Amino acid sequence: MAQEAQKERSMILQKEMIEGLFNDLGKAKETGKKVCYTFVPGNLSELIRTFDMLPVYPEINALQSAMRKKSASYIKEAERHAHSEDVCTYVKCDVGMMMKGNIGPTGEKIPEPDILLLSYTGCFTFLKWFETLKREYPNAKVIMVHTPYQENAKITPEMTQYMVKQFKEEVIPQMEAVTGIKYDEEKLKRILALSKEAEDWITKIFDTTKHKPSPIDAYFAGVYYIGPINIGFRGTQEAVDYYKELYKEIMERVRLGLGPITPEGEMKEEKYRLVVEGPPNWTSFREFWKIFYDMGAVIVASSYTKVGGVYDMGWRHDPSRPLESLSEYCMNCYTNLNIPQRIDLLSKCITDYKADGYVTNSIKSCNSFSAGQLGMMREIEDRLEVPVGFIESDLVDPRYFSYSNIKNRLESYFQMLEQRRIIHESETV
Amino acid sequence: MKKYYLGIDLGSTTSKAVIINGNDVIIGRGITNTRANYKVAADIAKEEAIYDARFTLLSNKIKLDMEAKPEFKKYMEDIRSVFQYQQFKRRMESLEKMLNKTVSEFTYANKSAIADKLHEIIENIRPQIRNEFVHGNLGSKNQFFRDIVSEKYNVGVDALGREFYEPLMLAFDKSITPVENEMVQYNFKELVLESMAVLEEKYKGLADQQEDGSKEDWYYAELNAVKSNYKNVEYSLREHIEAIAGEEIHIAKMVGTGYGRALLPFPEDCIKSEILCHAFGAHAIFPNTRTVLDIGGQDTKAIQVDSHGLVTSFHMNDRCAAGCGRYLGYIADEFGLSLNELGPEAMSATKETTICSTCTVFAGAEVKELLHNGEQRPNILAGLHKAIVQRAMSLIARSGGVRNEFTFTGGVARNQAVLKYVKQMVTDSYGEVTMNIHTDSIFMGALGGAMFARRNISADLPKAGKEVEA
Repeated sequence: MAQEAQKERSMILQKEMIEGLFNDLGKAKETGKKVCYTFVPGNLSELIRTFDMLPVYPEINALQSAMRKKSASYIKEAERHAHSEDVCTYVKCDVGMMMKGNIGPTGEKIPEPDILLLSYTGCFTFLKWFETLKREYPNAKVIMVHTPYQENAKITPEMTQYMVKQFKEEVIPQMEAVTGIKYDEEKLKRILALSKEAEDWITKIFDTTKHKPSPIDAYFAGVYYIGPINIGFRGTQEAVDYYKELYKEIMERVRLGLGPITPEGEMKEEKYRLVVEGPPNWTSFREFWKIFYDMGAVIVASSYTKVGGVYDMGWRHDPSRPLESLSEYCMNCYTNLNIPQRIDLLSKCITDYKADGYVTNSIKSCNSFSAGQLGMMREIEDRLEVPVGFIESDLVDPRYFSYSNIKNRLESYFQMLEQRRIIHESETV
Repeated sequence: MKKYYLGIDLGSTTSKAVIINGNDVIIGRGITNTRANYKVAADIAKEEAIYDARFTLLSNKIKLDMEAKPEFKKYMEDIRSVFQYQQFKRRMESLEKMLNKTVSEFTYANKSAIADKLHEIIENIRPQIRNEFVHGNLGSKNQFFRDIVSEKYNVGVDALGREFYEPLMLAFDKSITPVENEMVQYNFKELVLESMAVLEEKYKGLADQQEDGSKEDWYYAELNAVKSNYKNVEYSLREHIEAIAGEEIHIAKMVGTGYGRALLPFPEDCIKSEILCHAFGAHAIFPNTRTVLDIGGQDTKAIQVDSHGLVTSFHMNDRCAAGCGRYLGYIADEFGLSLNELGPEAMSATKETTICSTCTVFAGAEVKELLHNGEQRPNILAGLHKAIVQRAMSLIARSGGVRNEFTFTGGVARNQAVLKYVKQMVTDSYGEVTMNIHTDSIFMGALGGAMFARRNISADLPKAGKEVEA
């Protein structure tokens, strides 16, 4: 029973944080707080917080809308306004939501942006997304930072300098102008110290999948765990407290030898350990998850949970080099890694967490993730001789989630894993 | 008691059944068109496989004679065909009854004239079909009841006036489905004996027939042997028929696969993914296979397998009909051809017309436009066949390419034009690789299923894998 109470505590904490944020957003006009729209990959939460602004993440709103079964009508609305069928469905969902009154997940209206901050340019769609929003919100200030791609698999000092220069000359002066608040580097440093702390905790949390059985599902539950760190709470004491609490609960599960919790209770038998590449489908999130846990499959690592920051290789925000550190963070986001880097990262996950298989969920409308996915899969298959599976769905458009096709492929995949396991076991006996 | 193992592959177009013995040797095959009632389709395929198994056992009994004497070989070929006719005849009787009943319930003013015309058509097609089974090669064409009857029936209806077209087509549509979905059990011995009587009549009649030089020499050699010696074969068969008909074909275990597998009345652990079954079956026949392409009715799969025949990865097209067998079905309908006629006509093309459309439905419109512009039908068909293979090639590329021996399975592998382009394009992209296409390609999934059944699905796979290789 104690364990039940603990489980609830981290969830309550998270719920309070999110509700608090949306309440603040709802009252932004009264309190005079400025609102900054930005995206999760390469987000500058710490800088936004330094200027006492409130963040809004359009893609988070889109996925929340999908989970609340509202995305279909939002997408329809956007398509009615000439957004093509092939456009990223996050964009259409967000645009549709805005057109239908911009009501957020808690039922409160989301305030208009004072700043549209684009701090990651690796996703071309982001640029177009904000161009669209700029037309709708002509008073918003657009701040765009060019993020160099890690083409040669490293961040050079020149790349960092190039970004710091943009921060100093573009981002900070414009934020000062909009908020009327003077840039306070000491404040930023304090926030960054808390970011580092939260990052240490979340790394430890995702590392608990080393245990057998894994106490958590690093994809389907993982997307909840990354919530606070990805929606603006990185750099707060609340986030540190949340992750500490969560880690404590997970370690209790490890102590008791328990597997992950699913929507239908605790997973009884861990049969397969998988690494998943690509975002999940949000419109049928529960059904999608169920296919996995019904088969006894637990995800021990996923690339999607690294979308808001890659901490596996030891990188952390560094208060002693505030702007340099923010630059590195932007350049170090998962989809800004080149393909060989992603392969190395995923291979490390497969090896470290002793995964039995590797599954790609390919999202047609998401170029940032989908480009190179097949090549990555082949390379990982060749390098590690791990069975690979490939499924296709969409982010938030329910029309592109075909339950029976996905189930058919996954069933075949799990049967394939089962066979290989038998072969492997017989060879080792 | 000998143990046999059954695999059933319930595909979107055809349902296949394969029975193997304890050494993975195929002893029976059955195939039928998939219909609304999946269970009936599966049961019919299974029954056919059991009859086929009995013929195999019968052939084994007279193996030495069959090897040494041409009359035995010819007789056994003929009797299978006539046996099929006997089954056909019974179902035809049922269809006739149903057609008469349907027409009798019509409210058309010219109802009695319709009934007369129906009677005429039936009387006309009945001997035609018998003749094609008994004297022709209809039995070896792999055509199903519905196809055979509808082809002849449509010709009959077309020859009549317009006023009969609609009621007679309606009568057929209303009657064929219940008849197809009816499960009929036959008595093997009875049917064999009836078939022997039909053959006796056939061979007696042949005694007076002269060689007209239109066939190969061996054909006349076999024919001459059988017409003077068929009594000996009959005598031998009668000796064994009792025992074979009475032998229980004990199916110790079975596995269901195919797109309709979830609907089979099998326990959950006897249902297996068609991807694994196709790969396992293909690998059993060609042990060096590393890449399998399966073009089925509703999906296309590129599968990579290891030395055990186990799948290492696969890629599927399950979104779009343009890369699947259904595409050909649709095209056949557009041209008013039967599926079997598509390949041969495409093979007679002088060039391949480029088909731009990547969509099955739109290809129909494109075809009409091309015909209107004077393109030759065989050339358009060749272009359509090439298009389907191109899509399959992109799937192969996605799955990692052709790594070693390449095996082509599925119903579409029977189409000569598809084969031609597969061979061409695989060689173009991957150089000279061994390419396997087996006459049983359509049965690979069912064979894999039967092999999994024999291996108790999972309990002793590795050992079994090695046995297959040996």
